[in-house]
Amino acid sequence: MSHSPTQDTLVGLFVAAGIAGLFFLAFQASNLSAYAEHDTYTLTARFENSGGLKVKSPVSAAGVKIGQVIAISFDPKTYDSVVAMHIDSHYNTFPDDTTASIFTAGLLGEQYVNLEAGGSETILKDQDKIEITQSAIILEKAIGQFLFKAAEEKK
Amino acid sequence: MIEQLQLLGNQTRGSFAKLGRGTRFLLQTLSGIGSVIPRPRLLLNQLYSVGVLSFLIITISGLFVGMVLSLQGYYTLSDFGAEASLGLMVATSLVRELGPVVSALLFAGRAGSALTAEIGLMKATEQLSGMEMMAVDPIQRIIAPRFLAGLIAMPLLAGLFSAIGILGGQLVGSGLLGVDDGAYWAQMQAKIDFQDDIVNGIIKSITFGFVTTWIALFEGYDATPTAEGVSRATTRTVVNSAFSVLGLDFILTALMFGDD
Repeated sequence: MSHSPTQDTLVGLFVAAGIAGLFFLAFQASNLSAYAEHDTYTLTARFENSGGLKVKSPVSAAGVKIGQVIAISFDPKTYDSVVAMHIDSHYNTFPDDTTASIFTAGLLGEQYVNLEAGGSETILKDQDKIEITQSAIILEKAIGQFLFKAAEEKK
Repeated sequence: MIEQLQLLGNQTRGSFAKLGRGTRFLLQTLSGIGSVIPRPRLLLNQLYSVGVLSFLIITISGLFVGMVLSLQGYYTLSDFGAEASLGLMVATSLVRELGPVVSALLFAGRAGSALTAEIGLMKATEQLSGMEMMAVDPIQRIIAPRFLAGLIAMPLLAGLFSAIGILGGQLVGSGLLGVDDGAYWAQMQAKIDFQDDIVNGIIKSITFGFVTTWIALFEGYDATPTAEGVSRATTRTVVNSAFSVLGLDFILTALMFGDD
């Protein structure tokens, strides 16, 4: 089999193009650039009902994404949903009376955790618990309550 | 009746025997890979014929697949006013499924059939036995470099396919249909996960490369050494590769993207 320098060049070009394609996918088409491992700290919150919240759902404050949900588990003793989240360590000034609520982005959008700071002097640290929480709004429940109320008023 | 039963039994036994030969062939090839490393020239030659010569068909197909996806996706998405998600749709379908699968099918047609024909002819013209006579192991010298080349080329080709497809989708989406350029990329970057989507796509393409190259080389090596035998082996390579790629894709998808 003959081998010429052109063939080497073509193989080199091919491999370079393939690797460039993979790099393109990694950096231009995916969230890899957002990965850039920020330091994070963990907070947990107990919700009566965490609705459609999922692992990797965003955690935001005032509309800005500041972290993500890393685990959701059911506590068989208190029948609560325990949600653990990673918060970017830049944002380490949440007081211990912060409210965590589960909201829905738009009418049918994905659910996310919203943190709203309170006025306390003590700051939440790694592994701390958020005490004040507000459950997800379950649309069926809300509609049911509304209909019930409407029927009451008619009487 | 008895004769038919005998025939059935014989065919079943035959296909199991072939599977057994195939597995033994694979093990021999894998143990022969070590001997390729001191002779990179062999690998380079095969990377040329398996990879560089498939480059054109992969890039052009990728471009058109991306463009069609963008066009079709636009019509459906615009009904719901969700044209902004076009980039996400194109990229998800390409990176997860179409990139690895279509490039593997093209690879089997373009490179796999050539491998089978080449090795089948070598066998028919007794070049392989000639090598054995000279105490050169044809598995180490002929099969292993081709196998390794297929294994390396496949993920590169699939990556190229997806990347070019995404660019082609953007070309049609923002050039022809007027989808916002920023939304095309932003939605994609927000939702395509590096680990879940891209790495899994690469794992898929490596698996497909492994299987298609194995089938192509084995069919050639196992071919009846006649002109007709080689032509049948080439057909079997393309058919069996297509079956295995599509079947494996279902299994891999079920494993990787199961619950999310």
